[in-house]
Amino acid sequence: MNRRDLLKTTSGAALGAAMLPFLKSTALAQTGDTAVVVIGNTINSLDIHRSGTNRPSYQVAVNVYDRLVSFGTRTLKDGSLAYDYDKVIPELSESWTISPDRKVITFRLKANAKFWDGSPVTAEDVKWSFDRALALGGFPKVQMGAGGFVDPSQFTALDTRTFQVTLQRPSKLALPNLTVPVAVIINSKAAKAKATAADPWAAEFLHTNPQGSGAYKVERWDAGQQLVYVRNEDWVGGPKPALRRIIIREVPSQATRRALIERGDIQLSFQIPNKDAQELASNNKVKVVGSPIDNCLYVACMNYNFDPFKDANVRKAVAFAIPYKQIFDQAAFGRGVPMWGAKSAKATTTVWPQAFPYDTDLNQAKALLAKSKFPNGFEVPLSFDLGEADWGEPAALLIQESLGRIGIKVTLDKVPGANWRTLALVEKKLPFLLENFGGWLNTPCYYFYWAYIKGALFNASNYDDPTVKRLVDETLHMEPSDPTYAPKIRELIQKAFDDLPRIPLWQPTLESAMSPRLNGYTFWYHRQVDARSLKL
Amino acid sequence: MSRLLVILSRFGQAVPTVFGILVVTFLMTRALPGDPAAFFAGPAATPESIAEIRAKLGLDRPLLAQFGQYLSDLAQGNLGQSISTGQPVVKELAQRLPASLELTLVALAFSIAVALPLGILAALHQDTWIDQLCRFTVTAGVSLPTFFTGLVLVYVFYFLLGIAPTPLGRIDIISLPPPHITGFYLIDAPLAGEWSTAWSALKQLILPAITLALFTLAPLARMTRAAMLQAMGSDYIRTARACGLSQRKILVSYALRNALLPVVTTLGMVFSFSLGANVLVEKVFSWPGIGSYAIEALVVSDYAAVQGFVLAMAILFVVLNLCVDMVYTVIDPRLKIDG
Repeated sequence: MNRRDLLKTTSGAALGAAMLPFLKSTALAQTGDTAVVVIGNTINSLDIHRSGTNRPSYQVAVNVYDRLVSFGTRTLKDGSLAYDYDKVIPELSESWTISPDRKVITFRLKANAKFWDGSPVTAEDVKWSFDRALALGGFPKVQMGAGGFVDPSQFTALDTRTFQVTLQRPSKLALPNLTVPVAVIINSKAAKAKATAADPWAAEFLHTNPQGSGAYKVERWDAGQQLVYVRNEDWVGGPKPALRRIIIREVPSQATRRALIERGDIQLSFQIPNKDAQELASNNKVKVVGSPIDNCLYVACMNYNFDPFKDANVRKAVAFAIPYKQIFDQAAFGRGVPMWGAKSAKATTTVWPQAFPYDTDLNQAKALLAKSKFPNGFEVPLSFDLGEADWGEPAALLIQESLGRIGIKVTLDKVPGANWRTLALVEKKLPFLLENFGGWLNTPCYYFYWAYIKGALFNASNYDDPTVKRLVDETLHMEPSDPTYAPKIRELIQKAFDDLPRIPLWQPTLESAMSPRLNGYTFWYHRQVDARSLKL
Repeated sequence: MSRLLVILSRFGQAVPTVFGILVVTFLMTRALPGDPAAFFAGPAATPESIAEIRAKLGLDRPLLAQFGQYLSDLAQGNLGQSISTGQPVVKELAQRLPASLELTLVALAFSIAVALPLGILAALHQDTWIDQLCRFTVTAGVSLPTFFTGLVLVYVFYFLLGIAPTPLGRIDIISLPPPHITGFYLIDAPLAGEWSTAWSALKQLILPAITLALFTLAPLARMTRAAMLQAMGSDYIRTARACGLSQRKILVSYALRNALLPVVTTLGMVFSFSLGANVLVEKVFSWPGIGSYAIEALVVSDYAAVQGFVLAMAILFVVLNLCVDMVYTVIDPRLKIDG
């Protein structure tokens, strides 16, 4: 395909969008093949590899592009759907084989897989896309690295339909990491036609013109307002999506989003505040789904650089002084999974996250503080991200009040979004803070890798322990079937119980409100709208 | 001096001001405590990936070099690319400024249509129940926060009564915007002959415009009242009355015309103020305006977008002040503008 043809098809697509018989009223939009979804934040790019692409934009990678593999679906206890970490299923690949030493994975691509422009998906495209994720740096590179993909020489296109990954060491994270939104497969021929010497990976072009093979194509993108998906009729990555067109509207005001879903003018309000979820749950015109977010915890971090928190008795005193139940009721509005009050002080299972053996007990907290080097208490600022104020503020206020009762004087420190990352995670100099890391890959060792190792981004506590470091190194890539895996994980969790750099408050849920007629809503670890499974 | 020359020289005078604003904005954005590189490096950044992003954004270079680069880009009409929205700043301003202007202008038109008669009535019936009612109305309008008024209007007219359209921006949920000519939908849609689009745009505009209008009512109505009171008590009105001119002639030609000068001054201020202040209205009605753009940009330390916004506003103010001065000469021929 030459450049002229490409121009023709792209301008054809644009023209087609402009001339489409766009529906005249919202009533028509509800006839069963169009859904309107509202989100509170803004999509800023259609290319997930570009630096500066924000989280809400990841949904474009999910819906518009394919990956080699995906996860299956499981039904949770409440009847809602969620991805299934234990079941890796094909997306663009038809099958794969893993070598006996588990260092080489060979994928066979589906024969009929085509990009939107009709050209076949080849192993070359896969290689180019993975090389691009590494070359453009930033988050895509880090995420690829989590699966052990760090060097372009690890990727080989054996023939047009056979793609091979060679790992430096066997890892249980390699295959799951190919399901993440960054591991997308891009039409390399279309992209290369737009590449320039200054922009060899066509970042400028793909930023606004996705070139994929995914279930939906982007029909319109009005940055800051809306994104319109239209179904790709030739999709081979999975079962054909039920909805022909999906309109993603950006509505910054929470109150407006709520009015829209209650009025029934939209079909899905994605990611609503817990307070709304609690109130809407009793409204029979709206269906509310709250899915526990795997491998994610809302925690209070105590910084080891701050003198009083170096004392184990102080950390335990704080853990006994936190009003867990009140926080759960007033900050989480009862929606989430409790993570306190475990009966046994010993970690007996490898389930993660699991409840910590602490509960609100001010007498015990006072006794522990009296044993510490700070029997008369101390002053400490408690920081939280203003962007997370909906739960951070009530939680911080309750902690402030309760710690005040044992003599620890807490002041509140609200940090605006842009400063938060720098202060809390990069410089790690906040003494006491609320943090909400969640790992995409659902294994305990992965959480510990990001949050309990010195220098790791989310280890805002500056926790540094040689045993934990050794255990994480040993378990991170180990297969769960290995007999030594479970004891090691239990030991890790025990360290988290005993050393307490992070005190879990609760495991959060992702709450969404939808029309009762909308089915197929599926929770994903990436916490984005998966338009492909929605049905009306 | 011819009028054109005056205008040109006024623009000439504005150049140092605008340059000063450029320097100050540039320094202020850099002085913000946030680190855009860390922010944009994403959820799982390492020190190396943050450094990569910093180099890519050109933020690792000396401040003076960055400023030089900024000026040279500016000279070519390039305001840079916003990192948070990933779009050229010029393009976004061109889309969002008209949205804000359209909203603000319609709101002011509403506001004038209500505030002027209200102010005049209050002045003519000073200290009667009419005056008190006027005072109550405008005080209520200005003391309710705009997002609250907006939400109440949405609740009543959209949620309860269902007569207002879905509060989803400038046009209803699946209509397409008219072809871009001026960026004002109310102008572009009729130009393209798309009357249903114009109607849809107008419907979307009513609630946010009323919200904003309520807020701007107070300064205009109060200023009209005060200026009218002063005019009505002056010698020339007494003379006009003594000469037996009709009440209408006295009110419109003599009192109102003289009273309009301070009202126009206030109008200029209210206009510039509400352009920036309608952020909350924009949020409630998902209005893709310039206020919310600037706020988002500030929150993530998006230098190019903040600088572009301030520059656009600075130029707008210069033009606005000039317009206000020109309007003076139309209202009051005794005034002359000079360079």
